[in-house]
Amino acid sequence: MGRYVARRLLQMIPVFFGTTLLIFLMVYALPGDPVRGLFGDKGGSPQVIAALRHQYGLDQNIFVQYFNYMKGIILHADFGTQIASGRPVTDVLGDAFPVTLRLGGFAFAIEIVLGVGLGVYAGLRAGRAADTAVLLFTLLLISVPVFVLGFILQWIFADELQWLEPNVNDASNYGQLLMPAIVLATASLAYVSRLTRTSIAENMRADYVRTAIAKGLPRRRVVTVHLMRNSMIPVVTYLGTDIGGLLGGAVITEGIFNIQGIGGTIYQSIIRREGTTLVGLVTILVLVYLVASLLVDLLYAVLDPRIRYA
Amino acid sequence: MTIIEEAAPVPAPRDGEDAPLLEVRDLHVEFATREGVVRAVNGVNYNVHAGETLAVLGESGSGKSVTAQAIMGILDMPPARIPQGEILFRGQDMLKMSTEERRKIRGRRIAMIFQDALSSLNPVLSVGYQIGELFRVHQGLSKKEARAKSIELMDRVKIPAAAARVNDYPHQFSGGMRQRIMIAMALALEPDMIIADEPTTALDVTVQAQVMDLLAELQREYQMGLILITHDLGVVADVADKIAVMYAGRIVETAPVRELYKRPAHPYTRGLLDSIPRLDQKGQELYAIKGLPPNLLHVPTGCAFNPRCPKAQDICRTEVPVLVPVTEQDGTDLVGRGSACHFWKETIHG
Amino acid sequence: MPDMTKSDTATAEPDSVDAATPAPQPAKSEKTRSLWGDAWQDLRRNKIFLISSVLIVLLLLITFFPGWFTSGNPAYGDLSKHYLQKPQLGKVFSTEWLGYDQQGRSVYARLIYGARASIAVGFGTTFAVTIVGGLVGMIAGYFGGIVDSVLSRLVDVFFGIPFLLGTMVTLNSFPERTAWVVIGALSFFGWTQLARVMRGAVITTKQSDYVQAAKALGASTPRILFRHILPNTLAPVIVVATISLGVYIGSEATLSFLGLGLNGVSWGNDISDGGSSIRIAQWIMLYPSIMLTITVLAFIMLGEAVRNALDPKTR
Repeated sequence: MGRYVARRLLQMIPVFFGTTLLIFLMVYALPGDPVRGLFGDKGGSPQVIAALRHQYGLDQNIFVQYFNYMKGIILHADFGTQIASGRPVTDVLGDAFPVTLRLGGFAFAIEIVLGVGLGVYAGLRAGRAADTAVLLFTLLLISVPVFVLGFILQWIFADELQWLEPNVNDASNYGQLLMPAIVLATASLAYVSRLTRTSIAENMRADYVRTAIAKGLPRRRVVTVHLMRNSMIPVVTYLGTDIGGLLGGAVITEGIFNIQGIGGTIYQSIIRREGTTLVGLVTILVLVYLVASLLVDLLYAVLDPRIRYA
Repeated sequence: MTIIEEAAPVPAPRDGEDAPLLEVRDLHVEFATREGVVRAVNGVNYNVHAGETLAVLGESGSGKSVTAQAIMGILDMPPARIPQGEILFRGQDMLKMSTEERRKIRGRRIAMIFQDALSSLNPVLSVGYQIGELFRVHQGLSKKEARAKSIELMDRVKIPAAAARVNDYPHQFSGGMRQRIMIAMALALEPDMIIADEPTTALDVTVQAQVMDLLAELQREYQMGLILITHDLGVVADVADKIAVMYAGRIVETAPVRELYKRPAHPYTRGLLDSIPRLDQKGQELYAIKGLPPNLLHVPTGCAFNPRCPKAQDICRTEVPVLVPVTEQDGTDLVGRGSACHFWKETIHG
Repeated sequence: MPDMTKSDTATAEPDSVDAATPAPQPAKSEKTRSLWGDAWQDLRRNKIFLISSVLIVLLLLITFFPGWFTSGNPAYGDLSKHYLQKPQLGKVFSTEWLGYDQQGRSVYARLIYGARASIAVGFGTTFAVTIVGGLVGMIAGYFGGIVDSVLSRLVDVFFGIPFLLGTMVTLNSFPERTAWVVIGALSFFGWTQLARVMRGAVITTKQSDYVQAAKALGASTPRILFRHILPNTLAPVIVVATISLGVYIGSEATLSFLGLGLNGVSWGNDISDGGSSIRIAQWIMLYPSIMLTITVLAFIMLGEAVRNALDPKTR
């Protein structure tokens, strides 16, 4: 087990550097100059621009820049400075993070409760009408793009029915976060329920379930103890990896509902070509994703004893 | 045109009757499939007494497993149907019992052992848990008590270092050990009867012998009835008291074990016996029954075996043979012997 | 339970047959059927497959022959037809049928011409992703060892950047966003999924007996790869590719919403533009949304139907 963890950690290192390098190159090597962008249409004097570029190290060779950047992260946990405001990226992140965390957490909870619930319901009735209905419904949920869903829900519930606020003014109010959370959770919810449903339907026909029945165990026990323990394994691992998906989806949801979270910040930094902020934020996201990945693998080993001793 | 007559009862094999523990009477099991109705079990009769071992022999598709599953009550009843028949356990017809009553019998009075222990055991639960759960559910024992009992049982089935291994998982055991665990689970509540569905097919030959010995020993000790389902004649010889040979959902021959091997009364049985490779068969082509088991959607008319039978005549293609008592040439009853063949006399006597 | 699905039982050789005896087996042929043959039999009768296929054919027709469906011009804006003019739902398939947008352009005409963008991006990306991802996955899966380690790490690197983020950053650098640019950006981050699927399928297939047999017979590596392994990896790849096609179409629309999508007529652009007027002129956003959803749904349903047909476990 220890060797397994060590091996995974070792594998993560090149991936971390690779991904950060990739995003670095994409941001800086592609056309577009963040410093010039600062001045908008007015344009600035070439000396000022040059001075600023020098200040931010943008006049150096790209790989040297990357090296310095990495050094900053590893040695000082310095993820760079936001050019427009001059604030460290970590500060910018610190403001936006709790908001997105609440939104994401809420969405995650919805995804688990509704997703797994629906999936179990359908899985136990595999092949029957209820199952087909759930399958079609989830297909529909997957097909509707997030922003379309956001617009429509916003229109129906906020404008027409006036049950909910159209925008989130106070990001600590969970009532206001409800609609955005649902929108954010929808696609994942559909995947989770399908995965759960399939897992349960398959496991229901497994030999060990037949044995459990042959042992005279009541149906309830067969389902909750034997079936669920096995069926939930792929679902739990998927949920772990979905964290990355939530982060990505947050960009859109935050845009529609006007939430000042990480998603919004990322979007702004892309449009404004705030290279440093963008790279900084993405690096942090990558770290989060890698850690989540590792935890999911460990969780998988905990849940499935067959993996533990491999 | 096929003519089917009522089956004549086969004389009971023991003197001083103790009533059979389990009696299957005229059982029919059908499956509704997309392509039609499959008659997996077609009028099967057999019985087992306490302390007795019945071996049910047949190829895949003969209906031997489906019969066993019907006895246990673990068939999926939507595709499966039991249009006819009785399954009497201690004189009571289980088919007329409620689901709850049947559930109480399962695992406790009648237990089953399956072929592939690796897939038949829950991979994410410890062995001790899986054995112990029988005590917790059927007898209300506590976790600790159940665990102690599990260790006891694992010892009983000769798993070394049971106390240390009780928390291990199925995949950590060898094939033979896993099968012993299945046996332990079956034995746990000291059932009256065990059904073993191909318990050794997935095992090596040497391990096979060990497992079969264990089963036989335990059966003697607890005086249980044992139904051994298999397609392997070699396994059966030491353990069984009597044999029922099945083909295409019907019993084609019954006999006490020695008798069957010495003098089979059905061409199918004869074919099976002839197919066993022997050491003195040097340089000769191995015999195999020609053809394949029938597609149960399209069972041949008349005797289901007729396309493959070396002795098939016209009557075999039109009339379904009924299981009749087999006698000596002079007419004396041969106890416990029956054959469903129009020409059983020729088959057994020469 | 007895295996009843495939049977090669023919009537036994007639060495003792009587010519007058009717054949006991029915005349129905029991020829062996392959996985694909069985799958096709299932699909033909599957309503979801049929519906989605019809939809897709319709979409392809709309893409290649827009003139058949509308005489309107999607780029021509007649400001006299101010967008507050509601849709004339009675005049089906006319230019007024679904109303006009803020620039006086016919919503319906834009709906028809917008199909081109989605279909092009969808098919283009899927094609590119399948080639690149498939190749990488196959090489990684087949050769294993160092090659696999390196390639898998490469896949991980690309995987580490969330799909939407990566495409956003890439597209932001190109002010001229033609279909090629969009396809390129989506493929750049989309190939990883298919690489993983292919790699998994190859690893499973690699261990089968018939591959070992081919090796033992001295078959060359390319031959093994293309004749033996590839056909057996097609099933999961086709399923994932089909479903991904739907997802890519959705992604293109999402990127348009963010202002980073295709330049030109596309449903994503229309939805995005229409969003701001949702309170007073819902139709501008509504109809492209419906069209987009149906398109994505069609591909995903197709993928699902194919998956169910190919899955031996549901037989």
